[in-house]
Amino acid sequence: MNSGSEIQNSKLKIQSSPIVEVRGLKKYFPVTSGVVAQRVVGWIKAVDDVSFTIHQGETLGLVGESGCGKTTTGRCLLQLDRPTAGNVFFEGQDLTRMSDEQLRPVRRRMQIVFQDPYSSLNPRMTIGQIVGEPINVHGLARNGNESRERVAELLKVVGLNPSMARRYPHELSGGQRQRVGVARALALEPKFIVCDEPISALDVSIQAQIINLLEELQERFHLTYLFIAHDLSVVRHISDRIAVMYLGKVVEIADRQELYDNPLHPYTKALLSAIPIPDPQVEAGRERIVLGGEVPSLLSPPSGCVFHPRCAIAIDECREAAPQLREVRPNHWAACIKA
Amino acid sequence: MADLLEVRDLRTYLYTTQGVVKAVDGVSFNVREGETVALVGESGCGKTMSALSIMRLTPRPQASIEGGEIYFQGRDLLKLGDEEMRRIRGAEIAMVFQEPMTSLNPVLTIGRQLTETLEAHASVSKEEARARALELLRLVGIADPEHRLGEYPHQFSGGMRQRVMIAIALTCRPKLILADEPTTALDVTIQAQLLELMRNLSRQFGVALVIITHNLGVVARYADRVNVMYAGKVIESATAAEIYRNPRHPYTIGLLRSVPRLDQPRKAKLEPIDGQPPDLWNLPPGCSFRPRCRFAVEKCAHETPPLRQIEDGHRSACWVAESLK
Repeated sequence: MNSGSEIQNSKLKIQSSPIVEVRGLKKYFPVTSGVVAQRVVGWIKAVDDVSFTIHQGETLGLVGESGCGKTTTGRCLLQLDRPTAGNVFFEGQDLTRMSDEQLRPVRRRMQIVFQDPYSSLNPRMTIGQIVGEPINVHGLARNGNESRERVAELLKVVGLNPSMARRYPHELSGGQRQRVGVARALALEPKFIVCDEPISALDVSIQAQIINLLEELQERFHLTYLFIAHDLSVVRHISDRIAVMYLGKVVEIADRQELYDNPLHPYTKALLSAIPIPDPQVEAGRERIVLGGEVPSLLSPPSGCVFHPRCAIAIDECREAAPQLREVRPNHWAACIKA
Repeated sequence: MADLLEVRDLRTYLYTTQGVVKAVDGVSFNVREGETVALVGESGCGKTMSALSIMRLTPRPQASIEGGEIYFQGRDLLKLGDEEMRRIRGAEIAMVFQEPMTSLNPVLTIGRQLTETLEAHASVSKEEARARALELLRLVGIADPEHRLGEYPHQFSGGMRQRVMIAIALTCRPKLILADEPTTALDVTIQAQLLELMRNLSRQFGVALVIITHNLGVVARYADRVNVMYAGKVIESATAAEIYRNPRHPYTIGLLRSVPRLDQPRKAKLEPIDGQPPDLWNLPPGCSFRPRCRFAVEKCAHETPPLRQIEDGHRSACWVAESLK
């Protein structure tokens, strides 16, 4: 349709300065054994040497299957989990070197929307208390009245009736709850929001409502998103650029259209092919790549390229050395020696 | 081909502390031999409760089948005694549940869970049962089956557990398998593996499949015919090709338009269905979808539209089905 202006748009965004820069991020979780004296018997490399940047005003989509490290990456960005190694720069400051005390003012500018709107809202708090809590914690309202006004305004912004402030989470539907989660994230006027699978738990007919809401808010408040999801069709819709993760590593990263038109990594190709399209005629003519095997255990990842046991084009070299992410085409990076 | 299963005007109600929920409210559909039929809808639309009613496994005492008929090979399952029903359940109609994590028994080996069904329904020796269990595991693509027979569910991954569930369903060579969201809890690439497996097996053995899902994409690839459900009722029914090419109910149209599609250029904005999912305790009079419907007319507020024939083999429960654009 208006692909010309779209391309220009995404170029503008790429030229703007990075708001988040991740360098060599690692997060290892210890595996312990023993009841009293716990010994570390191994490490789960949830995130293993991941680097990327997110530019002001853009949406970076992060896709992958469960256990690939996408949620841990999001949490490490916000320092909700402290990384094992690597740096996370937010507006030029290295968050990994800051103490919790130093981080507090920075947290105002980066927020998170969680996957499950059922467990991420305190059932004993009213909607007004949930959305008002960050405002009060950060002392952003002079008195109770001002705080309540701000809450009412936030509820309106996310498309809820301000009278909902008196209700409890269980009185709301899933879609309404997720709107509350978004209002809470917006309460501190952040610059950057990690959206961790914000629509996966919602009914199909409600998912598009939340996607549209997130896009409207991005435009209105100049937000930057890291959008974590496993559904590639949704990710294509909302993202400017997309990073694909597999077993703790980023295996491919490119502009939205480029990734879908010219996927380079065999895993990305398989993921794209696995997404069913709601049209039997299109489905009948589609080439399918059904991956054999399963995602290996993070406790004992395969040698060399972590994808080689499931890869149809793997050669001997893939078993030996882990391929580095390299720029195969302009702005299109892939970690595959055959790309 | 003849009808293997015919569900007529099924009504299953749930008695809760907040009132009565008509979880299944006059549902009718049929399944022919060897065919794959989908029940599609969102949570709470009654698709799972319909399947449980067919198996006569609705939760007691809350749920009760209040009316209707379920003909399986000409016999009304609702008129059978418990003992007769037990002979059909698992042997002629099998079920694959959504959560492979919770639907296998954690304290029995995989081998025991496979042979259990067989011993319940056929008089076979231990050796025969074991041989059949091995054969089934091989059939569903589990490597090293001799070794894995002795293992427990926690030693299997999610995808492998669902393969075991499929093997159990196939044990007695059923005529019909009801698969309730068989791949929803699994990763995308594993979903593709399992759906291909189920399709191949159903073709190989001529088993009819009822796939219950909320995913319209899954339906497009694997179903012959589709029934779309909303608030306890089937609101549209047609062949898969027809329902995607020419949807005749506002809810189906809305669902198809609201999901982004990988094969089409990216749209600037998605077109969601307005409003919230129906409150089953408090359904509006007339058509349940009316509060969210862009095409509603005066009549929709008072009279519930019946599922009626629009074209040959295509039925819709909408007063203005013919004029929808």
